[in-house]
Amino acid sequence: MTTKPRTLYQKIWDAHVVDTRDDGTSLIYIDRHLVHEVTSPQAFEGLRAAGRTVRRPDLTIAVPDHNLPTTARKDAAGNVLPIDDPESANQLATLKANAPEFGIRYIDATDREQGIVHVVGPEQGFSLPGATIVCGDSHTACHGGIGALAFGIGTTEVEHVLATQTLLLKQSKTMEVRVEGKLGAGVTPKDVILHVIGVIGTAGGTGHVIEYRGNVFEEMSVEGRLTVCNMSIEGGARAGLIAPDETTFAYLKGRPYSPTGADWDKAVAWWKGLAADPGATYDKSVSIRAEDIQPTVTWGTSPEDTSAIGGVVPAPESFADASKRDAVTHSLDYMGLTPGTKLTDVEVQNVFIGSCTNSRIEDIRAAAEVLKGRKKADNVKWAIVVPGSGLVKEQAEAEGLDRIIIEAGLEWREPGCSACLAMNPDKVPPGERCASTSNRNFTGRQGPGSRTHLMSPAMAAAAAVTGKLTDVRELV
Amino acid sequence: MQPVNAIAGRAIPFGRKNVDTDVIIPAHWLKTVTREGLGKGAFETVKKEPGNVFTDPEYAGAPILIAGDNFGCGSSREHAAWALLDMGVTCVIAPSFSDIFSGNAFKNGILTVALPQEAIDRLMEVAGTDPIDVDLESQTVTTRFQDRFAFDIDPFRKHCLLEGLDEVGLTLAQGDAIAGYEAKARDTLPFLARTPATAAWREIR
Repeated sequence: MTTKPRTLYQKIWDAHVVDTRDDGTSLIYIDRHLVHEVTSPQAFEGLRAAGRTVRRPDLTIAVPDHNLPTTARKDAAGNVLPIDDPESANQLATLKANAPEFGIRYIDATDREQGIVHVVGPEQGFSLPGATIVCGDSHTACHGGIGALAFGIGTTEVEHVLATQTLLLKQSKTMEVRVEGKLGAGVTPKDVILHVIGVIGTAGGTGHVIEYRGNVFEEMSVEGRLTVCNMSIEGGARAGLIAPDETTFAYLKGRPYSPTGADWDKAVAWWKGLAADPGATYDKSVSIRAEDIQPTVTWGTSPEDTSAIGGVVPAPESFADASKRDAVTHSLDYMGLTPGTKLTDVEVQNVFIGSCTNSRIEDIRAAAEVLKGRKKADNVKWAIVVPGSGLVKEQAEAEGLDRIIIEAGLEWREPGCSACLAMNPDKVPPGERCASTSNRNFTGRQGPGSRTHLMSPAMAAAAAVTGKLTDVRELV
Repeated sequence: MQPVNAIAGRAIPFGRKNVDTDVIIPAHWLKTVTREGLGKGAFETVKKEPGNVFTDPEYAGAPILIAGDNFGCGSSREHAAWALLDMGVTCVIAPSFSDIFSGNAFKNGILTVALPQEAIDRLMEVAGTDPIDVDLESQTVTTRFQDRFAFDIDPFRKHCLLEGLDEVGLTLAQGDAIAGYEAKARDTLPFLARTPATAAWREIR
């Protein structure tokens, strides 16, 4: 064992090496595998065609999320309602058949534990600090908020993990993103990560694993950390991590899949040693002052197109790089925005509060706090709040948050990925704008021709109330 | 997987930067349960732009695609690689690629070639009129105008592509090493090595 100070990433990597080859690639053991309906059918088909089995079904959970409609799943008599789109129905049925065939636990659309994979994992205590976690979904980076090395994989890799419980990987470079100071009022974890992506760019973390360090992350809740790590991939990094600490342990204790008894004590002892050693070095370092972060929104079609809410739509000529100038010209045309327009003058017709980035109980509370006693603006035609899981939904309803949301004129839906990527019926109409708490503002992401502005749940709730992009600090 | 070596033919001069996988294949195409037939949905939004290279008959069936920096960023959907294959593309040349996309491409026998922007600019020019030759064995991209650009590739990836090797089969051959790791982890990291769904240790192979 080396005496060189190690990063959090290096420690998790070292603990999972099955074999290292001469060319520098390693066979890495995978502790937890989450499976959803979109990226798994071809993997199961591959196993079947080759007569292969799943090596560790006990380390695997399957849950549908991307395709599910977020309208009622049962009728008044308790009968399960059919899914209208035949392709979605087929993909969902395929997962429901594949999971038991290969001995994997399947959480059904009508189970209270159902939800977005990246909400379900931490919520069930399935995602643990120091674990290697994969899923055929790039937002697997999310689980880094627990202190896990978690990253998205393609379908061939899903098949590889199902068959072997390992992946062949090359070590990534490391990048430190340090945020220190005091966040201002109304500045949330979503604003922090949007600001970070604005600083490093969408390719800033390519080839790297990010470690988020500094007092801002240490003082953040686990749910906030999940939001931050979730969007590491928007900064180009396949994974992002935050060292586990007492906040993490308190969050995990007693959850259904969390270790118990002697295993728990052993786990906590090991987890406490995972944080980067003093003197550990990173290939890249970025340092940001918390005081420089404002409530942040995106104006373009790349997650790096961010601005403080007090800003204006930028002019393409203000960018030094020629291809970025082209990209901005394209994206302002797509977004229907004119340079110099104040962001707070941009009207929205749709509001989406949900996604694996922002659909946990703290997100719903933040939105409800803004919505309480207020009404949705008339120009906002469609506004939905989609909890991340059935358990989040139950908790919100126990706190009466659903009533606040409904009384404000927004819809309270069933859990799923929903309008984040519009694979289900929840779509933003062409040419219309959406204030969205999701993670990607790509062209057509929320439906063909949709125009997305990314922001925090509180900011999206504020936009619902005023009908425009709004500085939430003016409402609270 | 089909072995890959020499790829020769027309190249689609796309050239755009930060092409995300939502652009390569929009989400509504992901409802399939097979790998085939995604070429129809490839670059669906770009195909609606007047004068785009994807509906230009000049480049129909071209085996090479030329793009800008950070190609394949965004979602991990392997459907992006399947869509390219289905439209006949087996090689993408760009200054850089997202990590997940380049892995997915490799696993489907698509060669990703990273070259400096100057080389891309030159190849974009050539692609308008003439074919391009990509040779994996010698790691070069050449044109009939004596252009010659060398590229780097991970030796393991090169070997797998040239031989058409199935990675799952290769790893399964290391079953003893994996079982050895699991036996050790049961003692050192029991809280990771099992879940409540794990039966008695002895039942694990």
